[in-house]
This record gives sequence, C-alpha cells and structure tokens, in this order.
Amino acid sequence: MTTISLFEILVKILGAIVIAFLGVVIGLFYKGIDRKLAARMQARVGPPIRQPFMDFFKLMIKENIVPQNAVSWIFNGAPIMALVSSITILLYLPVGNIPPLLSGYGDIVLIIYLLTLPTIGMVVGGFASGSPYANVGAQREMVMMMSYELPLVTTVIAIGWKLSQVYPQFNVFSLAVINAHPIWGLVGPLGFIGAILLFITLAAVTPGELSKVPFDAPEAETELAGGILVEYSGRNLALFGLTDAVKTIVMTSLTVALFFPYNISHLLALSGAFALIADVLFFLVKIFLVMFVEVTFIRVAVARLKIDQVSFAYWIPVSIIGLLGLMLIVLDTIIV
Amino acid sequence: MNKKTYSIPIGPVHPSLEEPMTFNFEIYGERIEKVNLAPGDNHRGIEFMGRQRNPIQIIYLAERICGICSASHPFAFCQAVENAAGIEVPERGQYIRVIIAELERIHSHILWAGIAGHELGFDSVLYISWRAREEVLDLLEYLTGNRINYGVFMIGGVRRDITEEQIPRIRKTLEYYKDIYGKIEDIFLNDPTIALRTKNVGVLTKEDALRLCAVGPTTRASGIKKDVRQDQPYSAYADLEVKAITPDVFSGEVNGDVYDRIIVRLLEVVQSIQIIEQCLENMPSGEIVAEKKLVKLLNQLKKAKGEGIGRHEAPRGEVFHYVKLAEAEVPEIWKARAPTYNNLMSWVPMLLGEQIADIPIVIASTDPCIACMDRVTILNKANGQKDVLTKKDLHELSVQKTRRIAP
Repeated sequence: MTTISLFEILVKILGAIVIAFLGVVIGLFYKGIDRKLAARMQARVGPPIRQPFMDFFKLMIKENIVPQNAVSWIFNGAPIMALVSSITILLYLPVGNIPPLLSGYGDIVLIIYLLTLPTIGMVVGGFASGSPYANVGAQREMVMMMSYELPLVTTVIAIGWKLSQVYPQFNVFSLAVINAHPIWGLVGPLGFIGAILLFITLAAVTPGELSKVPFDAPEAETELAGGILVEYSGRNLALFGLTDAVKTIVMTSLTVALFFPYNISHLLALSGAFALIADVLFFLVKIFLVMFVEVTFIRVAVARLKIDQVSFAYWIPVSIIGLLGLMLIVLDTIIV
Repeated sequence: MNKKTYSIPIGPVHPSLEEPMTFNFEIYGERIEKVNLAPGDNHRGIEFMGRQRNPIQIIYLAERICGICSASHPFAFCQAVENAAGIEVPERGQYIRVIIAELERIHSHILWAGIAGHELGFDSVLYISWRAREEVLDLLEYLTGNRINYGVFMIGGVRRDITEEQIPRIRKTLEYYKDIYGKIEDIFLNDPTIALRTKNVGVLTKEDALRLCAVGPTTRASGIKKDVRQDQPYSAYADLEVKAITPDVFSGEVNGDVYDRIIVRLLEVVQSIQIIEQCLENMPSGEIVAEKKLVKLLNQLKKAKGEGIGRHEAPRGEVFHYVKLAEAEVPEIWKARAPTYNNLMSWVPMLLGEQIADIPIVIASTDPCIACMDRVTILNKANGQKDVLTKKDLHELSVQKTRRIAP
C-alpha cells in the first residue's frame, strides 16, 4: 500500500470523476430508452429519449421542500448517500476489457454490501420524511431487501466457488477474475443448466433491487402515492432519480460481468484503441440487452405484487431456483 | 395484546382515486383494522340547480351528473318526467335509447377494466384497453355528435334518429369488439399476476350484499341476480329478455371477490353487444319522439301535476330519479340517486382485514363515481366544520320538516 505514488492517486481520482460522469449520463440515457421502449410496447408514443435529462435539470431548479415533521439532516443526507454509494459501485465494475478502476481494493462481496447502501439510504430517507405513506414504503423496502439478498448472494457464491475450484491460485471473488473467465466455459452440461438457473435468479432479483414492477411495492404509485419518495422534491428527488439511473447500470453491468463477460475485439481482429472502443461499445450493447430483458420487458408484462407476495416469491421460488443452480454446479464439479 | 395501529388517510386527493373522497384507515402493519368513509368533498348542488330550470333544461344538467353515465342519468330522468306527465315514448325512440345506453355500458366497462389494470400497477393493460375503448367512442361520436354527453335524450323520446346508412357502422364496431373480446378476456382472466392480486381480495359475501343493498355488477358478482333490466323491464328492454349475469356463468362458482367483478363486467360487454344486435334487427319504424315542438312540450309539462320515478340499470348499477311536477315552470322536487351511493357501504366489509396494497383495486372494483353520488354535505355554519348526521338526527330532521309542511 505504501507504494502508491501521487500520480497513481491522481489518476484514480480523475478516473473516478470520469466514470461517475459517464455512469450518470449513460444511466439517464438508458432510462430514456427504457421509457421509450416501454411506451411503444404499451401502444403509446412515449417521452423523447432525452426526457430523463430534462426531468433532472428541471428538478434541480425546483424548490427543495423539507416537510415540517421531517428530520431534515437525515432527509437531505439520504439522497446523497444513495447516489454516492451507487456511483462507488461503478468504480468496482469492469467495462469490456478494461479492469475496474479500483481493482484490487475490493471484490464482489464488497459490491454486495455496497448494493444495500442506496436502498438503506432510501429507507432512512423514507422514515425521516415523517409521512405515513413514506413510512409504509420504507418498511416495505426493508422487507424486500431482506428477501432478495439470499438469492443474490447465492448467485455470486456459486460462481465464485466454481472459479475457486478451477483456479485455486486466483482471488476468485475479484470481478477482474470473474470477468476474464466466463462461467459457461468452465462447466459441464449439468453445471450449464445450473448457470442458467443462476442467471434466472439474478434476472428476478434485478427488478426488485431497482424497485421496478412487479416489485415496486415500496413506491407503488396507486397505493402509496410514491411511497418512499412521496415527500421528496427538487434537488433531493433529482438525486434519487440519478441513483435509480446509476443503479440500473450497476445491476445490468453486474449481470454482464457474471454471465456475459465476452468481448468482441479479438473476433474482429482489432487492436489498440479500436479494440478498446469496440469492446466498450459491445459492452454498452450487452447492458442494453440485459436491461431490456430484466427491466423493460418484465415491467410492461406483469402487475404489481403485494409485499407478502414479493417476500414469498423471493424466499421460496427464486431462492429454490438459486440454490438448485448452486447444487447443480457443485454436482457438476464433484462428478467430473 | 395491545396492538399499535397507525392511521393512513387516502384522499380527498390520491393517485388511486379518480374523484375526491376521503377514506381513513386504521392500519396494523399492513393489515386494515378499521375503515372510515367520509364522502362529501364533491357536492355540486345539482338538484338545487335543477329546481330553477324547466325539465328540458334539466336534461342538460342530468347528463352532466356523471361524465361516464351520461346516458344513464338523462335516461332515468326522462322516464321520471314521462311517468309524472303521462307521456308515452314511441317504440323507435325506446329502441334508440337502449342502443345508446348499451353502447355506453360497453365504453364504461372497458374504461373500468383499464383503470383496474392501472390500480394493479399493470399499466400496459390500461393503455391497451383504452385504445380498444376508442372504437365505441368513435361510434358514439358518429351517432350522436359527441364522445360523451351525447345530448340524445329528450322527454318523450330521443333527439336523433339512427338512419339506415348508419347501421353498417354500428355493426362494424360490434364485430370489432367480438374480434378482440377473446384477447381482453385472456388478459384479465388468464394472467397469473392479475389473478394473484384479485382472487379472494375484497370479498363481499352474498349476505352482506343483500344487507347493504349493493347494486349493479358489485352485487351480481356476489351471486345476486339483480338487474333492473331483468326485474322491472322498461323501455325496449321489455322485448329483449335481459338476464342478470353472475360470475358462475364463467367460472362455475361465486366468490364475490374482485376477480368475480372483472368476470361480470367482461361478460356484460358481450351481453351489451347482443342486446344492440337484437335492437338493430327488431327496430320498428316510426316517430322517435312523442312531441317534436319543444314549446308545446314545455307547455304540456307546465300544466302537468304528479310524481314520477325513473329507473335505469346504469353500468354501475341501478340509477333512480324522482321528479315531482306541480303545475309550474320548474319541477318542485328532483331527486337523483346514483348507484355508487348504494355501493358505498359495501366497501367496509370488502376492505376490512385486507392489506394496504389492496385498497386501490378494492375501491376501484365497485367502479365508484363520487361526483354522481355526492348529494348532501352538512356544514355547520357556526364553526364552518363538516358534521356527520346519525340515523337519529336524520329522523328528527324529517319529523321537523313534516311538521313544517303539514302542521
């Protein structure tokens, strides 16, 4: 640790700023595409793709209202905590061939911890707003978080364990390692099925993590009028909007890193800067496809579940699918 | 055990309500322990306005009691006036009234289906059903000149005829709905997430429905075969043999839950299509209105004396109008009772014990129309506060009024 030079620190800081900026911009852009596609599937025209940007700039100039019986420092602090923690995760995620900026300073276990922070930020903000709607929303968000943690962790552990069997010499929970060794190539037919089950598990967790239909009970517009976010306005709401956009990128990137870490540059026989650009573009296409399946498509095709149904869905069917996937991968390894 | 409950207000303005109405809930965790309804936020004094206008002008007001039932209220009102003044409606007029009323039922039920989807967080259903609803609105515009507030009803008949060349356009719309009905049914009755959210939710037992005098699809979904068109056929319905629809026709059982209310409304769309087809086949020729000259009609009404009632099975249930004419320019009394008023108290047994998440869909499941329903608001002028009158207070007030009228 003592060997880090000043230059390296400067590079990291600059890199962090660039990644944060790109993460936010791409997140908002993808949110626009998501809204447009959802609208087309629902037989409406939909907002222009730049709508999330317009929403953001408009919210920034709007008045920031703090309710009288809110705990104002928590109320104002929660959105910042949520945004900062979600941007921090971006620094740990690999993009195409580029290893994570903070590679070596934390692995996927840290990411799982960090993923709970934006959620906790929203919960704390909800409880601090002093509104019964926000209170109910925050309770639901907590219940949901407790429900989807198990399947999420199962997925990650399964892949890490498999890697540890094949490459005992590596730090298997490092995303750089996971990114370099796709799971599909390491397993036999049984494990392949297991990996598919794990992917389904992660695909089911993603809408919950992002509070999208059918798992949007904490925000449920028609029930709780926005739930956690009901009292938020102006700058704070804009920050939560950014958090949502960044979290979408985080969750889709995580799926890509765990299951689809393939690159395109060697197929096209590119090298140098071109390879880099091709891989980054290919990565963007991949996270777009994952977002389309896990977020956009699911949210136009189903109704919202009640919170007890959400809990049940995550604890029983989704967890069982996840554990089954884990077991199949273990079996696959033991038999071979 | 000492349960700590907290209260959540829904309304007067809330995303799940289309109109202002206040609900106060006592909640334990996510479960509803106590429901308190507080209507009266949408009182417009329509009956008072009516008593300063002549009956033909009131039709215009009656149409605007409700934006969706804009054929049902004038239908019932015209019947009440005709009943009071002894006017006979020509047969062709009766058939046209029924066609417009049934077209309205189609558009109202499809509108409701969309709202139900929205309340469940299934927005795709909202957009798709409302797109399907456009077809019948276009037809109504073609027939009457307006998408809603048709302006067709007139005391003694209707104002616009349905001509021979308009009939193919009507048939085209009916065919369109027959074509897409399978899809609509598939979306609502076979979708697993909709079933999860609506089965065994908001149950209204047959006993409760009878006790609380619920009307319309709300009561039929609880297994009571109650339909004004069947029980006391009026207008052209007397020729048509309408049967009240209960959910056992489709599923073989009656649960009285939200899912059953969806079934009843969807089947009623099919029933309305059949009724309109029968009307088109059997429509007699002749006059459409008893008295064409409005001045003459007004004079006739001015001389009339007597009471009349008009009932109509609106999309939401029985709508009831009472009119008392007393040889004057304006009616002495005009009383309108919308179906939502009867269904109001059925929310209490439906909501008790359910979760917060069920509130929007259970409230929407009776297809409430608050603006139709709000007839009375009690204001204490001394302190400007709203008061609630108990049964005892109301009794006392009516005794006082009787003494005032007949000492």
